[in-house]
Amino acid sequence: MLHATELHKTFYAGTPNEIHSLRGVSLSIDQGTFVNIIGTNGSGKSTLLNAIAGVFFVDSGKIELAGHDITRYPEHRRAKLIGRVFQNPFSGTAPSMSIEENIALASRRGKPRGLNWSLNRQLRSEISDRLSLLKMGLEDRLETPIGNLSGGQRQAITLLMATWHKPDLLLLDEHTAALDPRSADQVIRVTDEIIARDRLTALMVTHSMQQAVSLGNRIVMMHQGQIVCDLSGAEKARARPDDLLGRFDAIRRSEQLTPAVAELLRRSYI
Amino acid sequence: MLLLVSALNFGLIFAILALGVYISFRIFHFPDITADGSFALGAATTTTLLVAGWSPWLATSAGLLAGMLAGTTTGLLHTRFEINGLLSGILVMTALYSINLHILGRSNVSLGDSATLPKTWTNLSSVLLGDSQRHNIFGWTVGSQDIAVLLFMTLMIFATGIGLFLFLQTNLGTAMRAAGDNPQMIRAIGASDKRLLILGLALANALIALSGALLAQYQEFADVQMGIGMVVWGLASVIIGESLVGSSRFGILIAGTIIGSLLFRMMIAIALRCGLNPNDLKLITALFVFAALVAPRWLKSRSIAIPKSLGGGSKVGSDH
Repeated sequence: MLHATELHKTFYAGTPNEIHSLRGVSLSIDQGTFVNIIGTNGSGKSTLLNAIAGVFFVDSGKIELAGHDITRYPEHRRAKLIGRVFQNPFSGTAPSMSIEENIALASRRGKPRGLNWSLNRQLRSEISDRLSLLKMGLEDRLETPIGNLSGGQRQAITLLMATWHKPDLLLLDEHTAALDPRSADQVIRVTDEIIARDRLTALMVTHSMQQAVSLGNRIVMMHQGQIVCDLSGAEKARARPDDLLGRFDAIRRSEQLTPAVAELLRRSYI
Repeated sequence: MLLLVSALNFGLIFAILALGVYISFRIFHFPDITADGSFALGAATTTTLLVAGWSPWLATSAGLLAGMLAGTTTGLLHTRFEINGLLSGILVMTALYSINLHILGRSNVSLGDSATLPKTWTNLSSVLLGDSQRHNIFGWTVGSQDIAVLLFMTLMIFATGIGLFLFLQTNLGTAMRAAGDNPQMIRAIGASDKRLLILGLALANALIALSGALLAQYQEFADVQMGIGMVVWGLASVIIGESLVGSSRFGILIAGTIIGSLLFRMMIAIALRCGLNPNDLKLITALFVFAALVAPRWLKSRSIAIPKSLGGGSKVGSDH
């Protein structure tokens, strides 16, 4: 389904702020797999997601999705295959427009946008039906501007918009990180339900070890722009938050050791 | 009465300009200075074609298309070449000054005996109102051409306002509003915010050029300088409209913008009548817009309830 091969990306190349964010990341995901990406700050997990979404082009490497080579597709063209929910609840919706207008816009994903009415009775009733599945009472507030909703409600609607037409790939970029615990739980429940119901292929970046072990069927751990650990099948099923934290600690320790070892070697050889 | 009718006529003609400014400044939050150039471009194109003997409707449509082209150019400069939005507009506006001079051939062209829309309308309405040159309304005499323009411009504004209102509810129109509201969102659901912005600027400048084309025909001459300050005039109408209707629904804002334009012209007519030096007109307009932009924030700091504050700045393609 998704084949990312040897992705490299450097930001601010040639300046003192140069960051090599992706250092040869390769990742293949089968149809219907729900992958969690975890990693330390600056490990490149969001960068990987943005590279796949087309927010920027990678410096080298290749991205294939559903049989298309999308490496050079601009962002809006990839969006015909990819649904996205952002970390910032303000990013995924148009705040001054109503709930139904926002969803109607998403219902045209991959279709031409011409001079037909964006809303009609049939679409309205479908929007209302699908909103009621979120169990947030939003189906009665179709004409409310999105700007009046809470972060959790926005994320749930963005999720609904991202999956209105079954996307080939769903990208979730820490989409509950900015929410209070109760809203986060609610959005996670909805996420899990929709992914299970539509058997979606999904890639979720998360900071929560709990989410990583309880959701999905694969865990990918990133560190310094590389994938350092990839758990699936029984290994993933057995994984506990403490195991994952243990692996992070191991990585940190080895990192601290490396400069010291290098120094030792330098001294003994010079 | 003559003063009132001609102020209304100017107000109606400038209402089309104001709707164009509403699209670029309010829907797209794009500070489009192209307007100063495209207003004169519409006037120049239409005037030259009328003098060459074109039919008024065709010549006016050509003016509108020219404005569309100008808007597209600004949009392309901003999206394709990633030039700052304000600068893109300034570049096109500056270039248009020379282009308009070329189109007109000199800095000022009179329409003379050429056919114009107001003349066509006068002929049409003489069927309704009779042949006389002057009409008596509530004891005042008004020229038949002024009455005809009032009639047809009212129809035209209704058609434009309702057309825009309906358009903004289509798939394309909602996508445009969303592109102005949140470009990241519109990209994420598979539409190019850049293409939508280009389309929006084309539409806005088409309306602005149409307004210029109509003004040239109403005053029976085109001047290469006639576009100067048009952005600010349009903005003034939009701002008056916003504070009048106190709503953020676009349908009501469209109506508010039209009413704002009429009121603004009326205020100017009264000010001129009261002895305002015409040379000070643009200074007064600029001061007025300044006050309208600053007052909300100033009032807010003194915690008085006010309509939502006014902001600007382009968001498209700049958030990578």
